[in-house]
Amino acid sequence: MGALIKAGQPLPAERQAASEQQQYLTFVLGGEMFAIGILCVKEIIEYGHLTVVPMMPDCIRGVINLRGAVVPVVDLACRFGRRSTELTRRTCIVIVEIEAEGERQDIGVIVDAVSEVLEIQDGQIEPPPAFGARIRTDFIHGMGKLEGKFVIILNVNKVLSLDDLALLGQMAGQESMDALTAAA
Amino acid sequence: MNLDAALQTYIVESRELLLSMEDSLLLLEREPDNADAINATFRAIHTIKGSAGLFGLDDIVRFTHVVESLLDRARDREIAVDDRLTALLLECGDHIGHLVGTAAGEQPADPAALEARQAALLERLGQFSPAGVPELAQSAAPPLEREAELSRDGGGPVGNGSWHISLRFGRDVLRNGMDPASFLRYLATLGDVVSTTTLCDALPPAAEMDPESCYLGFEIELKSEASKETIEGAFEFVREDCLIRILPPNSKIEEFLQLIADLPESNERLGEILVASGAVTQAELQHALRTQQASGDGKARVGEILVDEHVVQETVVQAALDKQKQIKDKRAAESRFVRVDAAKLEELINQVGEMVIAGASATLLARRTADGALHEAMSLMGRLVEEIRDSALSLRMVEIGETFHRFQRVVRDVSRELGKEIALEISGGETELDKTVVEKITDPLTHLVRNSIDHGIEPAAVRAARGKPAGGTIRLNAYHESGSIVIEVADDGGGLDRDRILRKAIEKGIVAPTQALADQEICNLVFEPGFSTADQVTNLSGRGVGMDVVRRNIEALRGSIDLDSRPGEGTTFRIRLPLTLAIIDGFLIEVGDASLVVPLDMVVECLELAETDKRAAATRHYLNLRGDVLPFIRLRELLVLEGEPARRENVVVVQFGGQKAGLVVDQLLGEFQTVIKPLGQVFRHLRGISGSTILGSGEVALILDVPALVQQAASRESEQTASVTQSVRPGMATTAIL
Repeated sequence: MGALIKAGQPLPAERQAASEQQQYLTFVLGGEMFAIGILCVKEIIEYGHLTVVPMMPDCIRGVINLRGAVVPVVDLACRFGRRSTELTRRTCIVIVEIEAEGERQDIGVIVDAVSEVLEIQDGQIEPPPAFGARIRTDFIHGMGKLEGKFVIILNVNKVLSLDDLALLGQMAGQESMDALTAAA
Repeated sequence: MNLDAALQTYIVESRELLLSMEDSLLLLEREPDNADAINATFRAIHTIKGSAGLFGLDDIVRFTHVVESLLDRARDREIAVDDRLTALLLECGDHIGHLVGTAAGEQPADPAALEARQAALLERLGQFSPAGVPELAQSAAPPLEREAELSRDGGGPVGNGSWHISLRFGRDVLRNGMDPASFLRYLATLGDVVSTTTLCDALPPAAEMDPESCYLGFEIELKSEASKETIEGAFEFVREDCLIRILPPNSKIEEFLQLIADLPESNERLGEILVASGAVTQAELQHALRTQQASGDGKARVGEILVDEHVVQETVVQAALDKQKQIKDKRAAESRFVRVDAAKLEELINQVGEMVIAGASATLLARRTADGALHEAMSLMGRLVEEIRDSALSLRMVEIGETFHRFQRVVRDVSRELGKEIALEISGGETELDKTVVEKITDPLTHLVRNSIDHGIEPAAVRAARGKPAGGTIRLNAYHESGSIVIEVADDGGGLDRDRILRKAIEKGIVAPTQALADQEICNLVFEPGFSTADQVTNLSGRGVGMDVVRRNIEALRGSIDLDSRPGEGTTFRIRLPLTLAIIDGFLIEVGDASLVVPLDMVVECLELAETDKRAAATRHYLNLRGDVLPFIRLRELLVLEGEPARRENVVVVQFGGQKAGLVVDQLLGEFQTVIKPLGQVFRHLRGISGSTILGSGEVALILDVPALVQQAASRESEQTASVTQSVRPGMATTAIL
């Protein structure tokens, strides 16, 4: 294991931030356990009333009305390059607040089920493995140790980077156009 | 009073005044004899100076004072108004703008340069000083109107140009240790005592005379530059028991009248106005007020008392009365306007937006019941909400004229710099649009205007060769068209040179040499990033950063820009902008499960898609609309929406910018008040969707950007037809991000 963890050493700054943030929301996605820092979670709502935005990539499912504000919803499984989340009775949308270029923006994240809020001590967080998690390593903030199991703590600002999402949207728009052109 | 707030007001007002002064100066440049314009300029400077004094902004006071005196002489026709003067004054105006900016706390870009410029301007202002043009000063100065001697004056005649002082010393002056002669001597230090008449009417027969009493009176003519206050001050110690009247010289009356007219409009009391102008001293006013009170009934007016007591001429009082009325009128006019914080307005409009959404949801619920009274109440509510929405939005509407007028200066400065003669014509200035849009449109407009001056209008020699008038014209026009505002920047220049544009585009690799482009497409290349056709880069435009930035700024406002260019006749840029960024009337349609909104102003009519057109849709996407060809877009295909087309399909005919198109949809749901909610950063590259809104049911509906959709459909079709002859485009590398 020691040899594998070299590549993704978290930066000192990230460690600093983590030391203040010890509570995490854990949730299940495709049978796997993930966690995000509780401070960036605004609320958890039931899945429903989603409006699909055309010409966007699969990982951006659409938009919802969150008490008058229009909030984009991201399918996390798709974002990780897996199959898109199947909707069940327990499917939730976690509203996450992220900060980009000084502006705050809410983004909804579809998860299979929300588990609980846990405390994970800094000492219990391992750096992410160089590979093997089958998720881009920069998406992973660290691996939390919980009763002998690992939970992937996500780096929300990377996973939900507005620039990346916008770029994905732009490419999806091009692709759909190319596909139509080719089909004709 | 909060001085900071007052200072802010001063800064805002000064900037407004500078703008209006600029307008007047530009007018003067065309009509040098326009007295109103000179007066307006003078007033602006005078007010800026006066208010600057209140705030102790000495820099501004010092500089504006010099400008003001120059203007004063221009007003008196002592110096001629010519191009040189107006140009200098315009620069002075700019400089004052910088000074005001510094007062507002802005850091000047280069303080040393600012000072250097001030020195340079002062020197040029000095060239206009009387010493420089003495003969002009004498010939042009009109003789002051001499007023007839004051008939009600109890004393002697009022000599021209000198003060008249009537002194009646009290009996006890000598006993109090005052020597009347010493006052006369002191007066001599203030100016030139022209004449002294000693009055001894009060002198009793010698037998009754008390040598310790003073019976003398004097009528004195004093030529002096001193103010009334100063002269009165000379008699400080004897004022209590003497009768003193100081009448200003007639020439001073003119000055008082002027001062009264120029007073900042804050004093409302007659006495205060007179004191402020210097016609009456504070002591005189106090005395008059006491007299007024003493008369008991309060009917006597201060002005009348002052005239009766010969402390001031009637004309001066009359002028002050006029001024008082003017102030009252102005107060009344001012009270018709309220300055409101923009943030509060923003808040109101947001709240109205939420109310519209809540209202839609209530209406939806009401429709599900069979309660007739409820339906009626809801429809009344709906109408009121709509009216409130319109009034709230109209609060933010401003006329574009003011923005247009600023370009007079731009055109003047830039055309001079380039040595071209260019006139600016403005029309449609009364067209209204949202204030936030106006603020953001100024920069792109400036760029377009500069571009037209620099590249559009040819040099005079070329124009002459082409048989055009030597002076070029740039036209700014604005009008409303189907829910948008259209702003045109047109020039009568040479038009775009297609060959050169194409050559340049190929050179820069924007288009492939083999690509065949339509005329319009070639013109639109100027909006491509990194494109500039100017052979010679000037410092105005032509760095190739312009047009694409213009287009980006306008698209950020949900607008579009296109151009129309005829070789040899000129170019017209047309900017199309939404009227507001907050709430619009929409037309709700449905395709599959998706609800979509089309701006209602673009919708012309709706019709059913005929069976024949439906069947032919595989090969052609147009239909016959009463003899006209109407191309249509199947939204389901274009937006890649799931589901089979409905059995009955409808066509929404939309119109924008003189172009018509059909949108094929499943269902028409009717009008809908649409509160625009931006989609945010994630969707910033999304074309064809301009925003979103919230329906009564709480669901989110997307707002279609019709022009972008049509453009997308058009470019897709041209690609499809082109791909028949061209090789397949290289695929996009999409996996890099994932």
